Amino acid sequence: MEEEKKLTPRERLKIPPQPMPEQDPKERIGNVDEVPYGYDEELARTEAMRCLQCKNAPCIAACPVEIDIPAFIKFIVDGKYREAINKIKETNILPAVCGRVCPQEEQCQRTCIVGKSRKSIDEAVQIGKLERFAADWEMKQGEAEVPDVKPPTGKRVAIVGSGPAGLTVAADVRREGHEVTMFEALHKPGGVLIYGIPEFRLPKRIVMREVENLERMGVKLERNKVIGKLYTIDELLEDEGYDAVFVGTGAGLPLFMRIPGENLNGVYSANEYLTRANLMQAYSFPETDTPIALVKNVAVFGGGNVAMDSARTALRLGAENVYLVYRRSRIEMPARIEEVHHAEEEGVQLCLLQNPTRIIGDKNGWVNAVECIKMELGEPDASGRRRPVPIKDSEFTIDVDACIVAIGNASNPLVPDTTPDLETNRWGNIIADDETMKTNKRGVFAGGDIVLGAATVILAMGQGRTAAAAINEYLKTDEW
Amino acid sequence: MIGMSKILEKEFITPEVFRMKIDAPDIARKRKAGQFIILRTCDEGERIPLTIADADADEGWLELVVQVVGKTTKFFSRLEVGDSICDLVGPLGRPTHIERYGNVVVIGGGIGIAPSHPIAGAMKAAGNKVISILGGRTKDLVIMEDKMKAASDQIVITTDDGSYGMKGLVTDALQKLIDNGVNVDLVVAIGPPIMMKFVSLLTKKYEIPTLVSLNTIMVDGTGMCGACRVTVGGETKFVCVDGPEFDGHKVDFDEMMMRQRMYVEQEKESMERHCPHNH
Ligand SMILES: Cc1cc2nc3c(=O)[nH]c(=O)nc-3n(C[C@H](O)[C@H](O)[C@H](O)COP(=O)(O)OP(=O)(O)OC[C@H]3O[C@@H](n4cnc5c(N)ncnc54)[C@H](O)[C@@H]3O)c2cc1C
Ligand code: FES
Repeated sequence: MEEEKKLTPRERLKIPPQPMPEQDPKERIGNVDEVPYGYDEELARTEAMRCLQCKNAPCIAACPVEIDIPAFIKFIVDGKYREAINKIKETNILPAVCGRVCPQEEQCQRTCIVGKSRKSIDEAVQIGKLERFAADWEMKQGEAEVPDVKPPTGKRVAIVGSGPAGLTVAADVRREGHEVTMFEALHKPGGVLIYGIPEFRLPKRIVMREVENLERMGVKLERNKVIGKLYTIDELLEDEGYDAVFVGTGAGLPLFMRIPGENLNGVYSANEYLTRANLMQAYSFPETDTPIALVKNVAVFGGGNVAMDSARTALRLGAENVYLVYRRSRIEMPARIEEVHHAEEEGVQLCLLQNPTRIIGDKNGWVNAVECIKMELGEPDASGRRRPVPIKDSEFTIDVDACIVAIGNASNPLVPDTTPDLETNRWGNIIADDETMKTNKRGVFAGGDIVLGAATVILAMGQGRTAAAAINEYLKTDEW
Repeated sequence: MIGMSKILEKEFITPEVFRMKIDAPDIARKRKAGQFIILRTCDEGERIPLTIADADADEGWLELVVQVVGKTTKFFSRLEVGDSICDLVGPLGRPTHIERYGNVVVIGGGIGIAPSHPIAGAMKAAGNKVISILGGRTKDLVIMEDKMKAASDQIVITTDDGSYGMKGLVTDALQKLIDNGVNVDLVVAIGPPIMMKFVSLLTKKYEIPTLVSLNTIMVDGTGMCGACRVTVGGETKFVCVDGPEFDGHKVDFDEMMMRQRMYVEQEKESMERHCPHNH
């Protein structure tokens, strides 16, 4: 673009952030289609022009996989979309996913000089939206190019779990010519991307496409195989002939609140609720066979992305009142700002500074109300957030027919339980070296939520990259 | 892999109960008494847990015994030899803790006789004297008598209506054994929750250690969702990873029975829709 070259930094700073067109809130709660439509070329190039192409590029360092952000944005300005997506893919194999679900406002966009100059993180260059644009552009071109795979090395690597961590390791290790088998416990690969994050935020065809690309590279996928049950880690190494194992089994062990009534009918963990809706497609019941509570009034407990996803799913399953009960105030909410905004737009009612104390059932054992207590913020706790304290005698009840508990996950114990010599910390997370993701057990690497506790897609991928590099090195040198 | 688990044999044992042998060499090699599988019969299907009734590691098959209760099991019962099951995952759950206890009474109620069979066999192989009590509402519902005989030292049959064996409930037969002075070191009870509840109440009185195998609603079977949760000794446990066997004296059976009814309405709807004339 001719005019582009002439823009001064000052002129660039004047361009406002380009909003992404979205489905109308009233309409979208009646379907499960994706909410934001994505940028068209014009919006993308205008947004891309806002980038100052800073020499020191603080955004790169703030990206967990260090995408060369100014470089890919420059390619978008120039209309070189193929080059743009290839630049991103040098370090991120799941750009269509990350462009949609990464917390950019806490990472790259937080450091953006444009946002700082305009005195609002919200007005930083919309790096995530541009990443999504480049990835979507590539998808529209048809099948992705299969990356080159080096000649067979004769080495075999087993990957346990097919979430973002496992998928990343699979790609990077396969590229070196090693034989890769990915074992997945469920009947569909993708981990949380498939069973947890809803269709309206991350269409499942995007994840399936990435998995198919891996299969085209020659990665073998074994669905319905639970490691720790069918084979232990030791059996993979000793009997099944694998030279290295990567454990990426995720967080997936839902926590409950230990309050009375939690096992009543109609009380779900967010994992169960979302798995029924997404993986098992309960929203199409009775065309599909998996049922889910279809009720009018739903309470969701928690303030993170998982709580938002549950609340918004409940609306799409026909709930009229969805209360999101969170014990701190809005600014402490761990969910992405965009998700809170979308949830409110759709009609989710935020009940802040409240905490459930008891779930009450009817004579058939179904939930019919939840008792909550009002909270106020006290002194900061270990996490630096102000600790919520109950206000005495402030209990009240809300009438609901279902509750969804979204207060977090502990780590999945199947692998540690059956691998007694594998070191874990007191929360059950596998201990791995930051720089190599090596565990204390020779040949075994780990990464993603099973190491980090519940974290993010990009951090899981970042650890996957690190692990893959170390696995490739280990297979070459045989040095631990 | 999709379409791998072929049906090798199928037979109706009663009009509502069928037995199926499925080709699943890797699971057959690994499974131990007390473990279960989860399967999905078709792509729109739900995931249902079924306890493994028998398996042969050399021949590479599993046997399942299934009661037709809803749409999924109905659909399953219509599959024939040569058809494949869409998804089959296992073995899941912790195996039964097998050791030499002395006298072990294995109680199977109705369809619960199937999963109690490998446990009886394993207990006997470990040197226990195994007395099996098989109970059913009526004669036709007492399944696998010959197999259970082979796996036990002694077998007692009860029917509610007296059409076969002793008239009464499995608890009556157990009471009789106790009254006759049999020294029972362990009871393993598998069957309808109400049966396991009353067996546990009885054995509690005599302080006989009792294992029950719980068949709750499940989704993933790997500890990820909590659909299968039960209260055991005041604590929430996940049946798929902490069980399926628990100390019968500690299980909150009333809560468990309540939770099993969570989807009755929807199950009815699904059945009506898919099998309108046939149930
Ligand atoms: C509802 C929800 C919303 C979220 N939203 C966001 C978001 O907006 N942005 C963001 O960055 N992050 C988000 N997260 C977090 C993010 O999804 C996770 O941090 C990320 O998926 C972790 O990746 P992973 O590869 O470590 O594990 P997972 O994605 O959990 O995958 C692990 C896989 O391993 C399989 N597995 C487990 N045990 C075994 C076994 N023994 N044998 C074989 N397979 C096994 C599991 O079935 C699963 O498929 C969200 C999480 C949830 C639940
Ligand atoms: S079935 Fe999901 S945790 Fe047990």
